[in-house]
Amino acid sequence: MMNEKLKLLAICIERGKVDSQTSYPPDMQGQSGASELTRELLDEDVDPNDILAKALMVGMQRIGDKFGNGQAFIPDLLIAAKAMYAAMAHLKPYFDSGAARHKGTIILGTVAGDLHDIGKNLVRMVMEGDGWKVIDLGTNVSAEKFVDSVRSNPGSMVGLSALLTTTMLNMGPITQKVKELNAETKVFVGGAPLSQQFCDKIGADGYFPDPQSLVRHLNTKPN
Amino acid sequence: MIKVLDRIQAGEVLLSDGAMGTELQKRGLPTGACPEEFNVTHAEIVQSIYRDYYRAGSDIIETNTFGGTRSRLAIHGKENEVYRFNRRGAELAREVCPPGRFVAGSMGPTGEILEPLGTLSVAKAYDYFAEQAEALAEGGVDIIYVETMMAIEEAEIAVKAVKEKTGLPVVGSMTFNLTDGGVRTSMGVDAATMVGRLTAVGADLLGANCGTGVEVVLAAIEEMQPLSPLPFLAQPNAGIPQMTDHLIVYPETPQSFEQKIEQVLQFRIGILGGCCGTGPEHIIRLRTLLNKHHPVG
Ligand code: B12
Repeated sequence: MMNEKLKLLAICIERGKVDSQTSYPPDMQGQSGASELTRELLDEDVDPNDILAKALMVGMQRIGDKFGNGQAFIPDLLIAAKAMYAAMAHLKPYFDSGAARHKGTIILGTVAGDLHDIGKNLVRMVMEGDGWKVIDLGTNVSAEKFVDSVRSNPGSMVGLSALLTTTMLNMGPITQKVKELNAETKVFVGGAPLSQQFCDKIGADGYFPDPQSLVRHLNTKPN
Repeated sequence: MIKVLDRIQAGEVLLSDGAMGTELQKRGLPTGACPEEFNVTHAEIVQSIYRDYYRAGSDIIETNTFGGTRSRLAIHGKENEVYRFNRRGAELAREVCPPGRFVAGSMGPTGEILEPLGTLSVAKAYDYFAEQAEALAEGGVDIIYVETMMAIEEAEIAVKAVKEKTGLPVVGSMTFNLTDGGVRTSMGVDAATMVGRLTAVGADLLGANCGTGVEVVLAAIEEMQPLSPLPFLAQPNAGIPQMTDHLIVYPETPQSFEQKIEQVLQFRIGILGGCCGTGPEHIIRLRTLLNKHHPVG
């Protein structure tokens, strides 16, 4: 039953079925969408991490693959992103720790030239949930903006996200400029096309395939 | 002086230029910096590229203004420099343009997505393009290339803005991908839609530029030709960029590029050139090729 619902939710993400009210896609009219299914799964006590990994990411992966094969186009990705956001809105409170005191601050942003923000927003949600203060600079963030933010928030870490093989190249200069201001500032990087090898090459302090592993690293690291 | 469109309409194939972005990077533009700003801060570098293309045999060179709309310049905090960057980009080209050759104003996408999927309104998009086109016209361009478009509505608005605000000849060119169902842009636009809608708003040439190499541009023009009497612009990339360490490299050498592009000449081409990854070396090859196909005099 639960597995059926997770499968259905993955389909809603892939096809961009936001909620029961939306008329798109035409063949799914009147059916529950990403919003309702996520709500129901949470009410059935399904782990939010499972909803994320077994449904939302699966649907996103599928539409991404179709796009890669020329079977889907940007409008399809945009509608899938809308469905993803509708689902994420329900997950947010579950990732919120409500902790009054922050463990530290991270300045987060998607790098210059890149508009993908779903991954970055997930990092934000998970980090806030784990008790970190997140300063979200949004998408398409220039080196100057990161540096300005580091300057006005001394002691913060920086988290960079990039989803394009072209924009990941902007991570090097950004890391460099942040380090020029203060060599002690930790810079962490993430995003689908990245690797630890790339991270080492640009002189960043760590690559993490998902926010959970970054949080784990920060929590075990002696301060 | 004979106008650029007259020569194309008389059946001549005019040679355009190669890439601007990759050339600027080779000559000192830092990654992530604003290329259009170089028109005022590093005029000599921009002009050296223009000059190299004319020397390589280009009949038309494109201004360094691809990202010169307000929305794109805003990425660099330069949204109030639209007029200066575009006008100067055109003037620098005019200054080094030999007699009998031409300057094309380059206009790329806004980088934003139109409503209802995105947040950009039609009126705002029109203003972005109108503002840029006027500055380019004042700088003295002979023709404008609306290029690398992926959304049909955006391409339409740009062509319309150029026509209404400047009256200059305009190319409407989009970037296609090869799919099992024929060529499509990333937004899903097919060749028939593009031909129909850009012709309706007054494009003087239709085109395919950028993309994954000569093959896709060839396929696009092959699909377009039976649908339209207009001449075409073909400016492919030098293949699919590959990542090596920090650098993006393009696989097509000037030689292999020339061999592939020869096939494009079987179609009704008005303007031929290169996009990302092509440089003066590629243009020299294309000059030789064109001279062979259309002996001068
Ligand atoms: C949705 C989407 C879009 C949407 C974005 C909507 C939005 N608001 O974000 C839109 C339509 C705008 C879009 C546009 C484009 N896209 Co797109 N897009 C995607 C898609 C389908 C999903 C991305 C996503 O959100 N994944 C889900 C999230 C949760 O995963 P994630 O981002 O990887 O994040 C996770 C981790 O990487 C990590 N993480 C991410 N950042 C960070 C940072 C830190 C510090 C840490 C620790 C971890 C971390 O944590 C996250 C959770 O685990 C992917 C394909 C795919 N399956 O990845 C293509 C994809 C990324 N896009 C692609 C392309 C080519 C484009 C365009 C260039 C298309 C075009 N021709 O215009 C444009 C570029 C626009 C721009 N300038 O940015 C290509 C990239 C190819 C490449 N290798 O460069 C992909 C891979 C599709 C493909 N198969 O070809 N896209």
